[in-house]
Amino acid sequence: MMNRAMKTKLDTQAVRKPKKKAYRWLIYAALALIYIWAFSGIPYTGIKDSAGQIFKAIVAGIFSPDWDYVYLPDGEDLLRGLLDTLAISMLGTFISTLICIPFAFWAATNMSSSRWVSGSGKMFLSFIRTFPEVVMAILFIKAVGPGSFAGVLALGLHSVGMLGKLFADEVENLDKGPVEALIATGASRLQIMWFAVIPQVLPGFLSYTLYRFEINVRSATILGIIGAGGIGTPLIFALSSRNWERVGIILLGIIVMITIIDMISGSIRKKLV
Amino acid sequence: MNAKPTVQVNDRPKAPNRLKHILTAVILLLLLWGSAVQTESSLGELASGLPNMLDLLREMFPPRWTYFNNIVEAMLETIRMALVGTTLGAIAAIPVALLCASNLTRTGWIYYPVRFLLNLVRTIPDLLLAALFVAIFGLGPLPGIFALAVFSMGLIAKLTYEALETIDHGPLEAMTAAGANSLQRIIFAVIPQIQAHFASYVLYTFEINVRAAAILGLVGAGGIGHYYEVTLGFLEYDKTCVIIIFTLAIVLLIDYMSMKLREKLL
Repeated sequence: MMNRAMKTKLDTQAVRKPKKKAYRWLIYAALALIYIWAFSGIPYTGIKDSAGQIFKAIVAGIFSPDWDYVYLPDGEDLLRGLLDTLAISMLGTFISTLICIPFAFWAATNMSSSRWVSGSGKMFLSFIRTFPEVVMAILFIKAVGPGSFAGVLALGLHSVGMLGKLFADEVENLDKGPVEALIATGASRLQIMWFAVIPQVLPGFLSYTLYRFEINVRSATILGIIGAGGIGTPLIFALSSRNWERVGIILLGIIVMITIIDMISGSIRKKLV
Repeated sequence: MNAKPTVQVNDRPKAPNRLKHILTAVILLLLLWGSAVQTESSLGELASGLPNMLDLLREMFPPRWTYFNNIVEAMLETIRMALVGTTLGAIAAIPVALLCASNLTRTGWIYYPVRFLLNLVRTIPDLLLAALFVAIFGLGPLPGIFALAVFSMGLIAKLTYEALETIDHGPLEAMTAAGANSLQRIIFAVIPQIQAHFASYVLYTFEINVRAAAILGLVGAGGIGHYYEVTLGFLEYDKTCVIIIFTLAIVLLIDYMSMKLREKLL
């Protein structure tokens, strides 16, 4: 219980505002300078006269899409493009999951004896992560030619960076109990892995894989812009030939597909964790 | 805890049914096989293409460092685009996040449609937005900035409204009891609780946007991405290498600074 003197003192004394420190003003000044630099460097060339018209055309295209394009009996249509996109992201995710598991154990601090080993693993993963997937796709196009396979390889390699880091975090959060119990019973390294480590990390691994799959579906829709397969190729053609109805149907297709995939993947992830 | 353990061998938990796992694995394998067929993936093609790629990598080294001077300005433009795009997106995200938060807006017929629209915006990848905006506004950094702004708005609004829904209700109720209007409630009860998170999300989005801005040039939306096409088109891989290394260095530097700032904020 508070005594009376203290209470009256609290009542009369208003809560003071925390004092602002002087270096705050330095931060504000630096921010202001950065913003002046950033905004002054942007060339305000003005907006093209046709911008409003084209914007209206695209919006009109979304509301009156080219439904015939959804399915064409011969070749390049929306459904096949979306299927291609899905296939690229699925295979890419699978490849990256396979590749990243050893990297995850390499980068996890509790799996290696010295901090140096896991540090180098983490460095390597962040290096892959910063390498843009579109640039990777360009390099793979040079190797295997334009097409979906280049997209698969680019996604497969790029996703290793993020998945490896997430998997390594999961391995680091591992409960040591089961591992020690198995060591006490004289299990081999493989048995420890199989009965103590894998069951603990598997739900997390699967959940992260699905999460990365969601990201990869988005990435796969843009790979076509540089010629690595999927729905991006017809989209960029439709954009450059100013076929706004077709742009509309492709955008609609992408939005619907990604929404459905997010919903399915999200509900599976909720069940997993 | 003195009771004797009465668990008998028969009471052991049963192993989970295997059939479900086997079915899942079979479906997954079928999907993967289908994907491989659809994308015409083959290990043989990769093996035969790999020497090409190694050649390419060999041509990349040593990087032609003199090219560095040509791309510094483009790199600065990339950073500017990311900065301006993130800022515009962050400003636009504030009202959207407030409208999406179910504990602040309270009326279901407002926050459900806004959330739905926000989710729709978030489905469109940044490069695709940039391609659209290039079609609308023409070439240059302006469409890139708009694309980044829309993309950042989606991301920041989503992260912020989720944080808004977990704020402490005490201050809000106190403000209501004191007779504050909704603007005062937001300024004095919501903002002090959320500002550190918000700043952290903005920095995080800025990191993502720097990476994104570096490739937006591929569709003609300004920044350093344009030089990939230029150098690759003329098969000057040693110059491409300089671009890649420079971008990596800048991205890592910005990531590091932003991470340190975010650690201080939270």
